[in-house]
Amino acid sequence: MTEPALALREITKRFGSTLALDHASLTARSGTVHALLGENGAGKTTLMRIAFGMLHPDGGTLTVEGTERHFRTASDAIGAGIGMVHQHFTLVPAMTVAENIALGGRGAYRPRDAREHVREASTQSGLAIDPDARVADLPVSAQQRVEILKALARGARILILDEPTAVLTPAESRELLARLRAFAEQGGTAILITHKLRDALDVADDITVLRHGRIVWSGLATEASESTLVETMVGTSDRAERESARSRSATGEAVLALRDVSVRNERGRVTLERANVVVQSGEIVGVAAVEGSGQRELLRVLAGRIAATTGRVAIPEYVGFVPEDRQRDALIPDFSIVENVALRGAGARRGRIAWNALRGETTSLIEHYDVRGGAPSVRARHLSGGNQQKLVVGRELEGAQSALVVENPSRGLDFNATDAVHGRLHAARDAGAAVVVYSPDLDELLALADRVIVVHAGRVSDAPLDREAIGRAMLGATVDRADTPPEHT
Amino acid sequence: MTGEALALVSDVLVRATPLALTGLAVAIAFRGGVWNIGADGQFLAGATLAAWIGVMLGATHAALPLALLTGAAAGAAWAGIAGILRSRFGVLEVISTIMLNFVAAFGVSYLVRGPLQEPTHVYPQTSSIGTAAELPVLVPGTRIHAGVLIALALTIAAWWAMRHTAAGFRLRATGANPFAARSAGLVDAERVTMRAFLLSGALAGLAGAVEVCGVTYALYENLSPGYGYTAIAVALLARLNPIGTFVAAILFGALEVAASALQREAAIPSTTATVVEATVILAVITVADWRARRVERAA
Repeated sequence: MTEPALALREITKRFGSTLALDHASLTARSGTVHALLGENGAGKTTLMRIAFGMLHPDGGTLTVEGTERHFRTASDAIGAGIGMVHQHFTLVPAMTVAENIALGGRGAYRPRDAREHVREASTQSGLAIDPDARVADLPVSAQQRVEILKALARGARILILDEPTAVLTPAESRELLARLRAFAEQGGTAILITHKLRDALDVADDITVLRHGRIVWSGLATEASESTLVETMVGTSDRAERESARSRSATGEAVLALRDVSVRNERGRVTLERANVVVQSGEIVGVAAVEGSGQRELLRVLAGRIAATTGRVAIPEYVGFVPEDRQRDALIPDFSIVENVALRGAGARRGRIAWNALRGETTSLIEHYDVRGGAPSVRARHLSGGNQQKLVVGRELEGAQSALVVENPSRGLDFNATDAVHGRLHAARDAGAAVVVYSPDLDELLALADRVIVVHAGRVSDAPLDREAIGRAMLGATVDRADTPPEHT
Repeated sequence: MTGEALALVSDVLVRATPLALTGLAVAIAFRGGVWNIGADGQFLAGATLAAWIGVMLGATHAALPLALLTGAAAGAAWAGIAGILRSRFGVLEVISTIMLNFVAAFGVSYLVRGPLQEPTHVYPQTSSIGTAAELPVLVPGTRIHAGVLIALALTIAAWWAMRHTAAGFRLRATGANPFAARSAGLVDAERVTMRAFLLSGALAGLAGAVEVCGVTYALYENLSPGYGYTAIAVALLARLNPIGTFVAAILFGALEVAASALQREAAIPSTTATVVEATVILAVITVADWRARRVERAA
């Protein structure tokens, strides 16, 4: 029996009090494509960063081609023949392809050799690229090829790719997967981190499924089916009973309405396509999607934070918005808490700022939303992540009675704080607000939402309040039409 | 006050006034996230227009206010070029403003040898501005002129506006985190940034106009001994606080006056003052950093 190319055994990793990986094992056979599946936050990237030497495991062993290894840094892993293509590329935009690939090499830099080297690697791998093109001028798919070539040029026999198809069009994805297949047939080993079922089933020999840091399924792709994979990825619903407790108090008055709304990003890619969404007063609409499906754009259009490229948008003058990245988009860390409260609506404010009134408002907000360690004059950066989130949620809830868009409401919150935020959202809904919530955690979504819409590949569709059906739709599997509830017609 | 002490105070205030105004210009720009290091060029643009108005309309009553206002407008326009370059073409203002400094300096050289040269064509400078365009002297027998009061009034106004007005808050918020200003505040960050360029340029341009109308009464080459650059040190030393810039400007003014006196009287090179200035800045940065870390640790 030949040694596996890469074997991770019983890997455990903690971040603070959260257990990111719990005795996770993965064996990638030489000459195969291995798909690592799982929901957002399941621990896929963490596990692979450990394999690439970027993170150090708290327990477990790592074996490369039969030899046990202890990587201190990524360069150790590169030395052992492992290459990783990250979700966010690590290229220098101003430099050419050849220069980027030569970067990090040793000895003298000879432009002619570097170009020749790239041409060779390009023909050998079938990844077409112009060595003299400036990386900044290349489309995303070509940049990705550069990343792969960079790894191959450093002698990678094991290639780890983190969600490589997320940035590609369907045709480009097919092309890439075919190249990975060819790479494996030449004796290389590819590990594909993905949450797209189809990619895994189409190209992989073996599949491993992670859920909440644990391996829940592992085996040959031929033994797996779409439905078993969905079930293992999202788990069977044990909290479905909770939903019966929810009240439906939608009044029928449309507060947020999108009609045929499309959004094109700066790169010209259509990220949201002809979306039709109506959110009524007194309901919470949950948005389910895997990362990069267009849900970011949908939420921002609903919140009035970005403009639609085409289509009609009808929203109130101010929509409360809790963005995912609060440090960047919601708070100014160097400003005091009261100044951060003043930030809401700063664009429309005129004349003098009534600091005394704002200080009063801030004090009651701190108390009301249990923002710990906060006085109005304390800088936001001195609050813990969870308390920053409470501050933002409080500020936006107080500021917008009619409509609220929340992205990842419980990010960084502990159990009690999560409960408190959920309570606030329900209270706002009961008071007549139209609420839109996105969460990568389906359990949270089901606990909050009165109904769920799914965004997949830029298209919005309705989904029943059923864990498995939502999971299926998120992953782009065909939705059984009979599952669609009759109430949304 | 003895005559000698008065003369010293006069020298310091005269030297500090352009530093206070350009320092304020830099502080406001930096607060707004605009890295304007072209206060020197904006200063010269303001000085040029003020001199031109002062010579042309020097006998009319409106000459002084007109000279100051056009000076400010010229400075704003000069900074506005960098603003447009940034918003339209993504050109970093760090580069464009410093380039515009050279354009302004050589532009002045050309003008004082060409179109704006005094009628005898002997000296590379303009004619003297008319008396109606001169800033009044505040203390008879000294060179202390009303520009000091203008700088002080604008300093206090800027401090108040940054703290208490919505526009000032938007400027600070956009400078500190444009993403949050846009997303949480629905602030038109592009517009705020453009205004920061214009306001900063206007203050630097006004500094140039005040220098011409209050001190030199004419435009010539090397009118600015690098005020716009020292202004960066002044603003940073004040940690971008408007009131602080005025104090720092007085300090730097005093240092430079003392340096020339030492050179004259004791043959100590005037560059010593530059060494002292740099030492002061380093000390302040070190202390501020140390204090910030202590606060971090305590939190």
